[in-house]
Amino acid sequence: MELAEAIILSVLAASTPLLIAATGELVTERSGVLNLGVEGMMIVGAACGFGGAWLSGSIIVGAVCGIVAGTLLSLIFAMMTLGLAVNQVASGLALTILGIGLSGLIGAGFVGERITPAAHLHIPGLTDIPLVGRILFGEDAFVYLSLALVVGVWWFLYKTRAGLILRACGDNHTSAHALGYPVLRIRMYAVMFGGACAGLAGAYLPLAYTPFFIPGMTAGRGWIALALTVFASWRPGRLVIGAYLFGAVTILQLHAQGAGIGIPSQFMSSLPYLATVIVLVALSRARTGGSTAPAALGTVFVPDR
Amino acid sequence: MQFVLEKRTERSNTIALVSPLIAIGLTIVTMSILFAILGKNPVAALGVYFIDPLTDSYSLQEIAVKATPLVMIAVGLSLCYLANAWNIGAEGQFLIGAVAGSWIAVKTQGTDAGYWVLPAMLAAGAAAGALYALIPAICKTRFGASEILTSLMLVYVADLFLDYLVRGPWRDPAGFNFPTTAEFDPVATVPVLIAGGRLHLGAIIALIVVAAASVLLGRTIKGFEIRVVGAAPRAARFGGFNSDQLILLTFAISGALAGLAGIIEVAGPVGHLQPGISPGYGFTAIIVAFLGRLNPIGILIAGLFLALTFIGGEQAQIAMKIPLDVTKVFQGLLLFYVLACDSLILYRFRLIFASRQVSRGTG
Repeated sequence: MELAEAIILSVLAASTPLLIAATGELVTERSGVLNLGVEGMMIVGAACGFGGAWLSGSIIVGAVCGIVAGTLLSLIFAMMTLGLAVNQVASGLALTILGIGLSGLIGAGFVGERITPAAHLHIPGLTDIPLVGRILFGEDAFVYLSLALVVGVWWFLYKTRAGLILRACGDNHTSAHALGYPVLRIRMYAVMFGGACAGLAGAYLPLAYTPFFIPGMTAGRGWIALALTVFASWRPGRLVIGAYLFGAVTILQLHAQGAGIGIPSQFMSSLPYLATVIVLVALSRARTGGSTAPAALGTVFVPDR
Repeated sequence: MQFVLEKRTERSNTIALVSPLIAIGLTIVTMSILFAILGKNPVAALGVYFIDPLTDSYSLQEIAVKATPLVMIAVGLSLCYLANAWNIGAEGQFLIGAVAGSWIAVKTQGTDAGYWVLPAMLAAGAAAGALYALIPAICKTRFGASEILTSLMLVYVADLFLDYLVRGPWRDPAGFNFPTTAEFDPVATVPVLIAGGRLHLGAIIALIVVAAASVLLGRTIKGFEIRVVGAAPRAARFGGFNSDQLILLTFAISGALAGLAGIIEVAGPVGHLQPGISPGYGFTAIIVAFLGRLNPIGILIAGLFLALTFIGGEQAQIAMKIPLDVTKVFQGLLLFYVLACDSLILYRFRLIFASRQVSRGTG
């Protein structure tokens, strides 16, 4: 039972950065913008988040640094794709390449340093309940935050007028524009939200997951977060299921490696990536009837004057 | 007051020609600022980056050696991007090509196998790269899965597979436990062009690839179809062009070229299979393709320029202790600026003052 508890705890920890980044990207994509730079924003968020926490000694300062870094990078992307009407796929790739370089530069001074990771919640009595206590009441703040974020985004998208307008921009920017909504400005806010989430998700890695920074520590999580939005058919609720499934694959293969089963570790390590491919194929096939993607996703919009 | 984009009535050919130069200029200005922030003398740093490698024959050869895989991969990618198919997993196809070719080299090691070994390796590398690229292409055409994500995921898989081989079954028993195969036999090695130099036959192959792509795009129906499917999908449908078939074709060609580049790199400059054979050629080639305006000749020039940044980056690290990551920042910035400047080919900027009424009917 102890092992099961440990596995569930580590699955939650491994899933949280995926969930945060994917939630941000989901909002961006619902507004009609495909930002492929999640990986780049995450890795810079990780470097800045660790730097902030290490210099200040505060996890919160670190998280804020990560959020600010992710938002700033996303603004470059917004300027390119919204301001200059540049191809979103190519700009996203540029953002990732730039982000990987920047994170190396920023993080160079912090490699080898350690910080005290984010504290876990402890409510006397509740946290001590056997089996479920630590899982429900003993997580770090980011885990609860990520779930609150999903609920908040769901409420925003489906229960508020602003959310409806944002979705309208993503489905038909010409109509939204004709109705007088500032499509480009709305999309800019959505891109910034995505950047902030990616930055926070990146910062989670050195602040709570592993208490140090290594270059390239996001290891493709930004890309998996992108795949998760497809997995979730662009719905926040399904994102939770997807993120926890991927977290589970990541953790179970690690435990399988540790248990010394006869399969080479490299094959186990490639499982999360292969799972992404398989899931993408299976889901895309399942909905040949009609795509659930925002109709205007990835298309350039230049307002007609 | 605000900036707006205004569509040009026709694309500006002047800007199409000068936009890569403007982009390089803007990147260099930004880099100077970055060097100053890092506490280095910008003029000296730029000199080490862009001038010093051009002054001795060793570095010049090294630029050609680095440009070889970049140009080969980028030519393939440009075909995909022209057809609006997004292969961003060239890095994985490069690695799988290297693995497949190395398989022949490893299996024939120490035998009296003759001169068929190298051609067989090159063919195996190209074939494996093409097959590996066809996975995301088929996922796209058969199931509608995003080729961007699947092709990228397969990069990680290829990287781990190569790692397994050189740490496991193919590890050189006499290699002091380093994760590498034994040095390839002479018949399994790409010959150098100048005795004692580093420039190898791959450079000639890259030139042939550039020439072949120019002919394909400029003089054949297939090349025309590729360009139409990307530029005007509706027109292509009315013209009866099969876009699925073109996705498969362009992915297969780009995979084959990436795989060929991979095995040439391993059998040429590296000489054995090991992890880290690519400093991100597959990703840098994306920048090369765009900087070269998706045109084979342009890609040749762009490939040499990006190779210069690799060499310059290494020299700057040795001479001025500038971190290697600066090269990646440079490459990312360059791609941004190239894309931004390309926007000027189709649009022009207009400054609008709120107080003045925008006249209708212009532009």
